[in-house]
Amino acid sequence: MRFRTAEDDAALAQAVAELLAKEASPEVVRAGWPGGPAERVDAVWRKLAEMGVTATLVPEAAAAPGPGPGHERGPVRGHEPGHEPGHDLGLGLDENALPPLLRELGRSALPVPVVETVAVGAPLLAAAAAPQLDGVLAGRLLLTASLSADATAPVPFAERADLFVLRAGASLRLYERGELRLDPVASVDGSRALARVTAPAAGGLLLAEGAAAVDRAWQRGVLGTAALLVGLSERMVELTVGYVRQRHQFGAPVGSFQAVKHALADAHLAVRFAAPAVLAAGSAQAGGDPRAAVATSLAKVLASDAARLVARTAVQCHGAIGYTTEYDLHLYAKRAWALAAAWGDPTDHRDLLAHALAL
Amino acid sequence: MDLSWSEAEQSFRLEARAWLRANVPERPLPSGDTRAGFAAHLEWEHRLHEARWSVVSWPEAFGGRDATLWEWLLFEEEYYRAGAPQRVTQNGVFLLAPTVFAFGTPEQQRRILPRMAAAQDLWCQGWSEPGAGSDLASISSRAIRDEASGGWRLSGQKTWTTRGAFSTHLFGLFRSDPEARRHHGLTYFLVPLDAPGVTVRGFERLDGDEGFAEVFLDDVFVPDTDVLGGVNQGWTVAMATTGSERGLTLRSPGRFLSAADRLLDTARQVRTTRRERAAAHRDRAVQAWIDAQAYQLFTLEQVTAITEGRPIGAESSLNKLFWSELDIRLHETALDLIGAEGEAEGPWSKGFLFSLAGPIYAGTNEIQRTIVAERLLGLPRK
Repeated sequence: MRFRTAEDDAALAQAVAELLAKEASPEVVRAGWPGGPAERVDAVWRKLAEMGVTATLVPEAAAAPGPGPGHERGPVRGHEPGHEPGHDLGLGLDENALPPLLRELGRSALPVPVVETVAVGAPLLAAAAAPQLDGVLAGRLLLTASLSADATAPVPFAERADLFVLRAGASLRLYERGELRLDPVASVDGSRALARVTAPAAGGLLLAEGAAAVDRAWQRGVLGTAALLVGLSERMVELTVGYVRQRHQFGAPVGSFQAVKHALADAHLAVRFAAPAVLAAGSAQAGGDPRAAVATSLAKVLASDAARLVARTAVQCHGAIGYTTEYDLHLYAKRAWALAAAWGDPTDHRDLLAHALAL
Repeated sequence: MDLSWSEAEQSFRLEARAWLRANVPERPLPSGDTRAGFAAHLEWEHRLHEARWSVVSWPEAFGGRDATLWEWLLFEEEYYRAGAPQRVTQNGVFLLAPTVFAFGTPEQQRRILPRMAAAQDLWCQGWSEPGAGSDLASISSRAIRDEASGGWRLSGQKTWTTRGAFSTHLFGLFRSDPEARRHHGLTYFLVPLDAPGVTVRGFERLDGDEGFAEVFLDDVFVPDTDVLGGVNQGWTVAMATTGSERGLTLRSPGRFLSAADRLLDTARQVRTTRRERAAAHRDRAVQAWIDAQAYQLFTLEQVTAITEGRPIGAESSLNKLFWSELDIRLHETALDLIGAEGEAEGPWSKGFLFSLAGPIYAGTNEIQRTIVAERLLGLPRK
């Protein structure tokens, strides 16, 4: 028993944290909002890609690309004999790497499709030897994903994406932007670039087929989202602690008043108890544990509820400045609200757990 | 991340499980916080001790098994899963013993620990006083030097002393230097309750059991050998004890995992007869189960830190906040599931009343939240 992130996974997260501290200021987060210079966000995404972040779950020797999109081929498992040896692209890490990595990306609130690409899309493209893999891993092609069974659900980053992983019945398919009809949706977090997406009845590249494969990809998406929520929550607590220490009223820092202290203690408590559950879910997925689905739903409930409590507490403890868009808090809070409801909200996941527990 | 148990840990778990299955009384014992129930629980403690399960994490020389912190967690999980009796020795075993290990002389350790492990001496704590609860440093019970007799004379009143009326000894803080302020000038004493000048009066708690006592001390002589740690060092010594009470040792995850499983059983039973009621509270039952798992995972992370030499410090306040409030939510949910049946005395109604004590003892949750805010988040004291 050792409940701690392994050195490799921690090292990647640490390197990413250092890059984000330099490159992903709140100003860059704002650049991802409508009308902003989105190329500033893309530039940071490409730097992350250069570090290998996009290829976290891609095997170290990925299969070579197959024919172009629209061409039907089944998922490739391993290397076919006589096949060109693949490029040396992937980091070859497992799901244990996702919680520490996505927690850092959550802290930065950088508006990039990290769950959609790193946790869900890239490993699917690699397994299917999709020809767009290179472009995705290099950060040249922006990939998003929506595994919702509800085809009318808004898809994040749809307005900016080149490629889409979508659910089609019991399979996952990869579509080029040009194949799809997009109807933009204004969103509370403007950087989510939402659109409703309609896919043609035929077309796209088959990435994965069958409930087990779809489930595995779905669980990775849920796990990644839970990790982002932990990072966002930690960032909001830090921002609020910093503010209530310097803001004075009645001749004292407002953070010295017990009502404020206790509210922030509860917020911190919620995050501290969500974080280990997210690590455990990553470990269960990586180990192929039959209880991985349960561990993952558990993590998503705790991380979503924690993020909602933290966001509300953060706005309240800031007072009126927290209710402005000039101040940065809203960037994190709105993302938290969006992600708490994405990839299954707490009600959905409690429902899944209730079934698993025969309730 | 490695969430698997070693073979040694597995077999330790199975050994504990087998023994508990063969030995746990079939019918629950009467409450250990009543006079009759306490006697039954003492018998149980003697049985645990004979099989060396009473203090698994202690050295073998004192009656333990030298078990690791991991094995201790597994033992606790099995203990609660087996529905074994409450531990009436816990204030000694979990609060005093860590302090004796840390601060006691070899003579004190030999004299105190084996008798505690065997439930021959039964220890209660003497912290709170009528005028000193959350503000523990304001205690006024005095210790006056008696040079001629080589010891101290204690006077004052302690209260809210759990199972004080059934215990044989008390450990607690007394003011040994009246000139020093607040937490300076306190000394940690060990006091036999049959010493001349001691009067113990038991009284009922909210749950109807005689689980509380007040202890009056009138010029009670205590020899120097019953000072634990240095004279006037009592605050430092005592904080080591409250640290373990708040932290891992008193409330292991096993207790809440097992309570959550019983809650799910109750929810399933209710569903067979009153489907709508069960549906109305289903999410809360699931949430209580989720929180019990979260507490376990948090604890595993903490034990990893401790075993790798990173002390958890003020994070123990997070444990205390989380489990004590989870315990109440869990019982409230069970009572909502069973409806009017909850008026009858039963495990859920008894457990609910008991759970209300959690956010009060071992430092109220208001104090804990302030500790979290100041020591973990760095908010200003003033």
